[in-house]
Amino acid sequence: MKILVGLKRVVDYTVRVQVKPDGSGVAIDGVKMSVNPFDEIALEEALRLREAGKATEVVVVSIGPQLAMQQIDSGLAMGANRGILVKTEQPIQPLTAARVFQKLVEKEQPGLVLLGKQAIDDDANQTAQMLAALLDRPQATFASKVEVDGNVARVTREVDVGLETLEVDLPAVVSVDLRLNTPRFIKLPDIMKAKSKPRETLELASLGVESGDHLVTTHYAPPPKRQKGVVVKDVPELIGALKAKGLL
Amino acid sequence: MSKILIIAEHLNGKLNPATAKCVSCASKIAGAEIHVLVLATDPAAIAAEAAQIAGVAKVLTHAHAANGNALAAVYAPQVLALASGYSHVLGPSTTFGKDLMPRIAAKLGVSQVSDVMAVEDSHTFKRPIYAGNAIVTVKAPAGQLVVATVRTASFPAAPGGGSAPVESVSIDFAAPTHTRFVGLEQGGGDRPDLQTARVVVSGGRALGSADAFKLIYDFADQLKAGVGASRAAVDAGYAPNDMQVGQTGKIIAPELYIAVGISGAIQHLTGIKDAGTIVAINKDAEAPIFEVADIGLVGDLFKVVPELMQALG
Ligand SMILES: Cc1cc2nc3c(=O)[nH]c(=O)nc-3n(C[C@H](O)[C@H](O)[C@H](O)COP(=O)(O)OP(=O)(O)OC[C@H]3O[C@@H](n4cnc5c(N)ncnc54)[C@H](O)[C@@H]3O)c2cc1C
Ligand SMILES: Nc1ncnc2c1ncn2[C@@H]1O[C@H](COP(=O)(O)O)[C@@H](O)[C@H]1O
Repeated sequence: MKILVGLKRVVDYTVRVQVKPDGSGVAIDGVKMSVNPFDEIALEEALRLREAGKATEVVVVSIGPQLAMQQIDSGLAMGANRGILVKTEQPIQPLTAARVFQKLVEKEQPGLVLLGKQAIDDDANQTAQMLAALLDRPQATFASKVEVDGNVARVTREVDVGLETLEVDLPAVVSVDLRLNTPRFIKLPDIMKAKSKPRETLELASLGVESGDHLVTTHYAPPPKRQKGVVVKDVPELIGALKAKGLL
Repeated sequence: MSKILIIAEHLNGKLNPATAKCVSCASKIAGAEIHVLVLATDPAAIAAEAAQIAGVAKVLTHAHAANGNALAAVYAPQVLALASGYSHVLGPSTTFGKDLMPRIAAKLGVSQVSDVMAVEDSHTFKRPIYAGNAIVTVKAPAGQLVVATVRTASFPAAPGGGSAPVESVSIDFAAPTHTRFVGLEQGGGDRPDLQTARVVVSGGRALGSADAFKLIYDFADQLKAGVGASRAAVDAGYAPNDMQVGQTGKIIAPELYIAVGISGAIQHLTGIKDAGTIVAINKDAEAPIFEVADIGLVGDLFKVVPELMQALG
């Protein structure tokens, strides 16, 4: 079985993103870029499934600018077998990403597609579900446990009320949550070894994908600031402050 | 005129309060006619609850044996069978809605607006990106059906007092069998629900062990509060995952939020932006949580919390 993993290039999670003063966008020139943290977890899971003999090949995919080859590089250094960069200089919305993945799934015929539950830039949380819909295949979102047994995957999902377990027939699309695993660190020799791994670049325009970029962002604003509060010196003062607000 | 279909969230025969919050969001769209769709094995009681939400014009029900659990792959085709009669299809930005709604949007060939926090007009909305570090205004194409999820912390529940008619619909649909429900392990217990509690007490990594985290439960019980946790506390196994508050956990808006031994990482803060009053108890006066706290107390939680409990007891 082949596993397809999405690696989105995003602003690193440690960067505190600022809105440009004129509201035209966010200032991200020169900031640190990384693989979306959820996607690293997806890749780690794929590698573990391969190591457990449940999968034979792990293919990482990034849709983005030429620079997103860096994210393919780190995926290959982590242990993926090969990488596909779908090149586009314009940021794309989840429906377009899902349509691109659909094309790749038709071509690669993976048994499992592992994506992050959300990209930490757009916080959309859509691509996996959209891909599953377009393929008319099962989805198991927000996975905290994935077990593959023959043609079936048993997935535990983190839902609002607790943990839900589903059984899905493969091929299926799974989106991963934070507690699925802890991704391995990349060691220097891994980077060297990865240099010779196959990398393919496809132009998004060449895939014949209809754009799903329907939403137009007209304005960016910083979040409303909370008023700076007071610091109380001890418990009686804290209780007094809460009483003054009518909260106790 | 906007005609809006809201997909009801429910569990164990009870309507989730998120549905009334979606109604409140939908009623911000001028001239909207709001319908609520209940998909269930036995929708009657849930539909009766939905019919009481003020602002709902009609409740539609579709009873089907496959609707025993809210599987997106099973729900989506039923919604799609009705969607063409509407200008908007809305669901809550809970794990239920996040799972289901994109599956509907993709089939309709439209983009989804995730986490609507404000309505500007029928096709223009505000939503957060970058863990809430920026709020964007997005426009969906005029004339195109809008699929959106509603950030429940941004809207009050619409009040009761309505009496909408309930109508059962027939849908020609063969339930897919490729996705099967195995089980649900519910956390929580009988404490107030985190997402609707008036008061929430949350504990962080500082608690240091699952045993020590009991202090948070005891304090919360004394205040009749819901219990939350930071990701660090959940990852370390001090608290179950359904208690995580933040970008990837629950977004909540209690009147009073008490953060105990939580540093205030941006991913945590995004979950509590709409809290009425934030209280922080942390021994590090430089902790970022103090930048957003309305009331801060610098001190050792293992001293402060028992003292508080005694003073309030
Ligand atoms: C993609 C991504 C998503 C994330 N999503 C979330 C999310 O949804 N929710 C979330 O919470 N985090 C999330 N995080 C993690 C987040 O970045 C922080 O790591 C996490 O919130 C830290 O938890 P904490 O405040 O409990 O721990 P720490 O940052 O370690 O803070 C512990 C605090 O306790 C204080 N302390 C220690 N001992 C005491 C004592 N005895 N008395 C009083 N105070 C004491 C310390 O001064 C410190 O400020 C996410 C991270 C990533 C990368
Ligand atoms: N441009 C992209 N390149 C690679 N993977 C992507 C891309 N966009 C979305 N994905 C995948 O879809 C997941 C969810 O993204 P989103 O729906 O944007 O929140 C991400 O975690 C990725 O796994």
